[in-house]
Amino acid sequence: MNNTIKQELRDIVGQNYFKDDEESLVTHSYDGTPMLQSLPDGVIYPKDTAEVSAIMKILNRNHVPLVSRGSGTNLCGGTVPVQGGVVMVMHRMNAILEVDLQNLTATVQPGMITKQFIEHVEGMGLFYPPDPSSMSISTIGGNIAECSGGLRGLKYGTTKDYVLGLECVLASGEIVRTGGKLMKDVAGYDLTKLLIGSEGTLAIITEATLKLIPMPKHKKTMLAMFTDLYSAARTVSHIIENRIIPATLEFMDNPTIKVVDDYAKLGLPLDMAAILLIEQDGEPEMVERDIQRISEICREEQAAQISIANNQEEALKLLTARRSAFTALARLRPTTILEDATVPRSKIAEMVLEINRIALKYNVQICTFGHAGDGNLHPTATTDARDKEEIHRVEEAFAEIFEAAIALGGTITGEHGVGLVKAPFLEWKVGAAGIELMKGIKLAFDPMHLLNPGKIFAKETRRRVVLNRG
Amino acid sequence: MANSSSSTSEALRQTLQLKLDYDQLTNCMRCGFCLPACPTFKETGIEAESPRGRIALMKAAVDGLMEPDVRFEEQMSHCLGCRACEPACPADVKYGQLIEQARDAIEDHTTQHRVWVKGVRKLVFKQLFPHQGRMKMLGKGLRFYQRSGLQSVVRKTGAVKLFSKQLSSLERILPKASGKGVVDQLGTRIPAKGKKIATVGMFRGCLMDTLFMETNYKTVGLLTEAGFEVVIPDQQNCCGALHAHSGETTQAKELAKNNIRAFQEAGVDYIISNAGGCGAILVEYDHLLHDEPEWQEQSLWFAKRVKDISAILVEKGNPLLFNNSNDKSEPVRITYQDSCHLKNVMKAGAAPRKLLSSLPNVDFVEMQDAGSCCGSAGIYNVTQPEMANQILDHKMQHVNATRPHYIVTSNPGCLLQMKLGIDKHADNNQMQAIHIVDFLYERMKGLN
Ligand SMILES: Cc1cc2nc3c(=O)[nH]c(=O)nc-3n(C[C@H](O)[C@H](O)[C@H](O)COP(=O)(O)OP(=O)(O)OC[C@H]3O[C@@H](n4cnc5c(N)ncnc54)[C@H](O)[C@@H]3O)c2cc1C
Ligand code: SF4
Ligand code: SF4
Repeated sequence: MNNTIKQELRDIVGQNYFKDDEESLVTHSYDGTPMLQSLPDGVIYPKDTAEVSAIMKILNRNHVPLVSRGSGTNLCGGTVPVQGGVVMVMHRMNAILEVDLQNLTATVQPGMITKQFIEHVEGMGLFYPPDPSSMSISTIGGNIAECSGGLRGLKYGTTKDYVLGLECVLASGEIVRTGGKLMKDVAGYDLTKLLIGSEGTLAIITEATLKLIPMPKHKKTMLAMFTDLYSAARTVSHIIENRIIPATLEFMDNPTIKVVDDYAKLGLPLDMAAILLIEQDGEPEMVERDIQRISEICREEQAAQISIANNQEEALKLLTARRSAFTALARLRPTTILEDATVPRSKIAEMVLEINRIALKYNVQICTFGHAGDGNLHPTATTDARDKEEIHRVEEAFAEIFEAAIALGGTITGEHGVGLVKAPFLEWKVGAAGIELMKGIKLAFDPMHLLNPGKIFAKETRRRVVLNRG
Repeated sequence: MANSSSSTSEALRQTLQLKLDYDQLTNCMRCGFCLPACPTFKETGIEAESPRGRIALMKAAVDGLMEPDVRFEEQMSHCLGCRACEPACPADVKYGQLIEQARDAIEDHTTQHRVWVKGVRKLVFKQLFPHQGRMKMLGKGLRFYQRSGLQSVVRKTGAVKLFSKQLSSLERILPKASGKGVVDQLGTRIPAKGKKIATVGMFRGCLMDTLFMETNYKTVGLLTEAGFEVVIPDQQNCCGALHAHSGETTQAKELAKNNIRAFQEAGVDYIISNAGGCGAILVEYDHLLHDEPEWQEQSLWFAKRVKDISAILVEKGNPLLFNNSNDKSEPVRITYQDSCHLKNVMKAGAAPRKLLSSLPNVDFVEMQDAGSCCGSAGIYNVTQPEMANQILDHKMQHVNATRPHYIVTSNPGCLLQMKLGIDKHADNNQMQAIHIVDFLYERMKGLN
């Protein structure tokens, strides 16, 4: 990227908001994904849609790639600028533009921090359910671009179920609006849904209109502890089979319980094979009834212990501790590689067994936790990036886990996205024709491959791409 | 010029490679959970100003991905060292150790700035600490801090002006230094009132024993009242916190060893600090001396005994009796500003709150973000005035929202910073900043 382009960018955003010093480049070369790092050529901080559009026009004219970035917490290499170019940080565009109490919608800028948004609307007695574990720092823009799920996905769905309309900037710099404050809208293709989960490869999201729902009146949280992994996992399917849909139904295996407790100091039983964290919300009578019934099902499945949180504070502590699980696993070994295999909910127990079998086969440590009620598990390998041979075994194990998931009718990623790391496996899930179709869509939006290039579509390789020394 | 600068940064890289704990660097898995806890990130929104960013910079410097240049050094001194990122990190990354190791390495390579440092030192001694002799220890500590922290400020134009402006506003709020320390006033062994619970050694602290001697005196009062015999070993010296935080590890270790000897000779059950900043390094002496096996046992002996004054009163002491007399008058409204190191390192943030909310006729109101650094951070407010002022401005907004009569603190640096905040931004002219010991002592039955 030459100095003329840099000057043009500075002219748009001002001297302080375009940076190309080493420090800025290094600190925008990574995200939450292990073992990936690649330097951009510049970092830019736009303040509004007009600036985003003006920036994109310049980059488009000069064929410079652009990577949109929220807080860089994604786990698929989504914001690693593998082909250089400019990283666009959305943090300055972090306003809540409107909360519409008549339509129960909110309109926000993409750099808004998820948790701050949730707290803001909760203060008004409203509810925005998508709550990825990273919500204390993730952005709404990042959530939309990854179609993030969370602890409440089982009953309330994921980000895609709450986005009604978007404003976005195309690779050409044109500004497009999709959807609106509308509960119904079939005017042409559903571009809103297409952009959700598009991982910054189709357009830059500059504004979002989100659906809000009334706050549930009552909540109850419980823990069920099992000495047998399989019966814990089977309990998940049984609860759903019994036509109860809890708000939250999370799973943690023994090593995960240990590290989480080491961090959060909750006094969890360290000798259990697995714990289910269950929450139900809604009308008080229904909540009581469901929690009763769920406890019975857990007992039928030989739960060793069941405990119910005494108050909201205690419940919040449990949920917060669960949210720390992935990072807490980093206590065990220097490198933690987490995957996102998802299967139909009835297959969760089988999947848990498969993961353990595969871990044994490749002699790697895999700890499993996840949104079990969604069928979404996070088998996490704790390893050391410096040990190339072990990393190779981990990669082999994960390839086999993906295979197992697909064989059970599942997918390679439930909520973390394809990005770089799962690109080599995408064809396994969607087939060659599926890939071609997606490539056609990409081309229609971004004919010059400027938006987050190198992501989603792989060059056939199945091996994980390791760049530099991350 | 370019050549010589890149050869210094190459030398710095090698030292960084030597000193930084590479396992800790890789333990950071870049999840970003620490970002919302970090004051400098909250102020700027810039990744490089975050714990994750700083760790990435350290690692990139070690890995050879970037030159540890002037901006790198600057970024390392921008960090407040408040360590709010540590309890926020589920992976247990020891950020405090990493930043000390980085600064230690940087300090080894800063000889060319000595001229500047000398000038600045003069300024400090003349304007800030007129009683050079008495402030000897403190002066030393300051000097080391400036070496690492100030060099970046002085490089910028106008920095000296800003610097002296900051000093003059500090000077306004500084209490008079006392000529006599606590030992001169009370001797080295003060008996417990009533039946003795335990013998505690008091760590008197350089700042505390000069600028806040009264508080030291009252600390002894609280301790004896609560049933402790107090010993104040006269051989103790500076805790070494400023040295350690600014890269003078060798000095810090010497100070630590001397303190360990002094308190071991005194044979105490606990070692009590009334300054969160000192307490935090005392409680980590075992880590500071971890590469000296012959000191392992003694340093652990020491570290295990360290407690903050509030914590020992809450956990071990006889309950203190407080005046209840003027219960007809309006209750006194107070709020509490955490000492970062008391909360994040000594993990004793709850104890002061427990004491304060137990007081009769006192209305304790928690302010928003009480746990977030006030910008004092050792002498950060002198070395990084711009950022410190920005942080203080926001802090005072939260303070003002609680409309307190008193802002209570647990550390001399925080106390001074809150005084500065009141001087600059207080909504009303009645607001006062006070050390928790003074606040408790004033309300204790029978003592005044
Ligand atoms: C500890 C931890 C726990 C997590 N837990 C969960 C979880 O429970 N559920 C879950 O689904 N995910 C989870 N994640 C993954 C991650 O946090 C989410 O994907 C999150 O939505 C990313 O938000 P972000 O702001 O950090 O986005 P980034 O990581 O910055 O970006 C993610 C992607 O979105 C694109 N993007 C960002 N902003 C825009 C924009 N304005 N326009 C267009 N594209 C954009 C980027 O190009 C990139 O492809 C977790 C991650 C961590 C580290
Ligand atoms: S919370 Fe810990 S692991 Fe996560 S980015 Fe911060 S220091 Fe690294
Ligand atoms: S010590 Fe404080 S200022 Fe430094 S990185 Fe951690 S939280 Fe931020």
